[in-house]
Amino acid sequence: MSKDDSLVDVLQRSGVSRRGFLKFCALTASAMALSPAMVPRIAAALEQARRPSVIWMSFQECTGCTESLTRSHSATIENLIFNAISLDYHHTLQAASGEAAEAAREAAMEENWGKYLLVVDGSIPVGNPGFSTIAGISNKDMLLETARGAAAIVAVGTCSAYGGLPHAAPNPTGAVSVADLVTDKPIVNVPGCPPIPVVISGVLTHYLTFGEIPELDELGRPMAFYGQNIHDRCYRRPFYERGQFAETFDDEGAKKGWCLFKLGCKGPVTYNACATVKWNQGTSFPIESGHGCLGCSEPDFWDMGGFYEALSTPLPGFNEAIAYGTAAGAVAGLASGVLASRVKKRAKDQHQTVSVDDLEKGESS
Amino acid sequence: MTSAEFLMFARGPMIQVAGFVFALGLLVRLVEILMLGRSENLAEKRGSGFQGGLRTIISRFFPADQNTFKRSAVTVVAGYVFHVGLFFIIFFLTPHIALFKHLVGFSWPALSTPIIDFLTVLALIAMVVLLWRRLTHPLLKFLSTGEDFIAWTVTFLPLLTGYMSYHHLLLPYNWLLGFHIASVALFLVVFPFTKLMHTFTFFLARWYIGSMAGEKGVRQ
Repeated sequence: MSKDDSLVDVLQRSGVSRRGFLKFCALTASAMALSPAMVPRIAAALEQARRPSVIWMSFQECTGCTESLTRSHSATIENLIFNAISLDYHHTLQAASGEAAEAAREAAMEENWGKYLLVVDGSIPVGNPGFSTIAGISNKDMLLETARGAAAIVAVGTCSAYGGLPHAAPNPTGAVSVADLVTDKPIVNVPGCPPIPVVISGVLTHYLTFGEIPELDELGRPMAFYGQNIHDRCYRRPFYERGQFAETFDDEGAKKGWCLFKLGCKGPVTYNACATVKWNQGTSFPIESGHGCLGCSEPDFWDMGGFYEALSTPLPGFNEAIAYGTAAGAVAGLASGVLASRVKKRAKDQHQTVSVDDLEKGESS
Repeated sequence: MTSAEFLMFARGPMIQVAGFVFALGLLVRLVEILMLGRSENLAEKRGSGFQGGLRTIISRFFPADQNTFKRSAVTVVAGYVFHVGLFFIIFFLTPHIALFKHLVGFSWPALSTPIIDFLTVLALIAMVVLLWRRLTHPLLKFLSTGEDFIAWTVTFLPLLTGYMSYHHLLLPYNWLLGFHIASVALFLVVFPFTKLMHTFTFFLARWYIGSMAGEKGVRQ
């Protein structure tokens, strides 16, 4: 594969017909909520596109995002698109390590300065640079250095987008997101634990077609994939409306596929494409397998109360606040009551009886 | 602040502080009232104060006579629609029951969401009617103070934001749920220091009046 091959050359060599290619373009257009008129434009752009240089950095992560994107299912077009980019650096996937690997990164940066895409998974520890290093370089330094020459940054996974699991309270490493450190580059957040594979190919296609990143929501996520609420798109929604809920994971309601709200489903506050795009080539998504949504594409989803606590319950600390308030209120009320009764008693003690004679005496004098 | 951060803040520190203030204020006021007691009744008792107290707590739920009802029909009907609606909305909506279960450790059956939804619409309309009457009725208008409007507002907001979040009106759900919790926090903080305390004190007031009358031999 030479770097000058276009995406289509690579796809054709992999046995993807023109028909299959156009189908992919149409699918991407619809997935990204673009007008059908955009399909030829996407096709033309992809046909002309040179394989873009991509540098992939993995910081405090679990490789789940890479697994999701590269091994989610056998040879699909998403996968081929992923293969078709020029992945010049990826700690986990590349054979080289140490200085040889860093040399490859530096070469790719120099050759494509200002044009390469930087993909990041994992959060960046700022508590102590020694918490996570690659070839002796701290994650923060490597990110800032590589980001300088990037055309755009794609933060893959909740860790790089919002800090994710490492950022969970009490955040021992001082983990932060890419957007916390890099503020002068366009950043697309593709959160999820892991994110859906089609989202990354969608973002890439959009970038290749229009030369810019797609429309983002307030949390920096592509609207096309994260614009819809899981709860709104959930096939179990009618049970919620009717008030039919599973109370445990093996009761009659769970077997009948009733709503999982009471079992802690975070669907109502989660924005992702799981309920529509689904996982494993459209097989299912967590709620379809009988487990509530964890809200993994949302910031701080580890700290949203328990995974199995209903969304309407307050975060930990509420019951204690009520208990302390009640105790303090009872004590303060008692103290105030004792004070009031002492005032009352004093008034009673100081009360002087006056007879009619006393009054008459007073008048006459 | 993003909607997610706001929601976390509302579900966390905001509602915790509000819950603390609510519990504190409620307890202080109730204990104070109870410790105040009543002065001793030196007259010979002609009936049961206990029975009289209980009877009055219940009997005051109904208008005393036709004339009283006719004179304030709007207040009685809209008042009942609003209060009964509010009771069912607070205690019989599934997400609310989940909250109480979290707090007290046990739960009870819920009403289906469309019923609660219907009651919410009725309660909202009833509250607007009551506000309109307060603003137009000469006597009520004369008697109204700022506190009445504060109490109305902090009660109306949770109903409105709850309805809006259920129907995803105007804003994304995260914002609406956050506002709903925030409005409840406001309600909880205002509650112990305003006439909203009548939720608890009306039992006490009716009991005292009823037991005094009962001891004097009043039968009905």
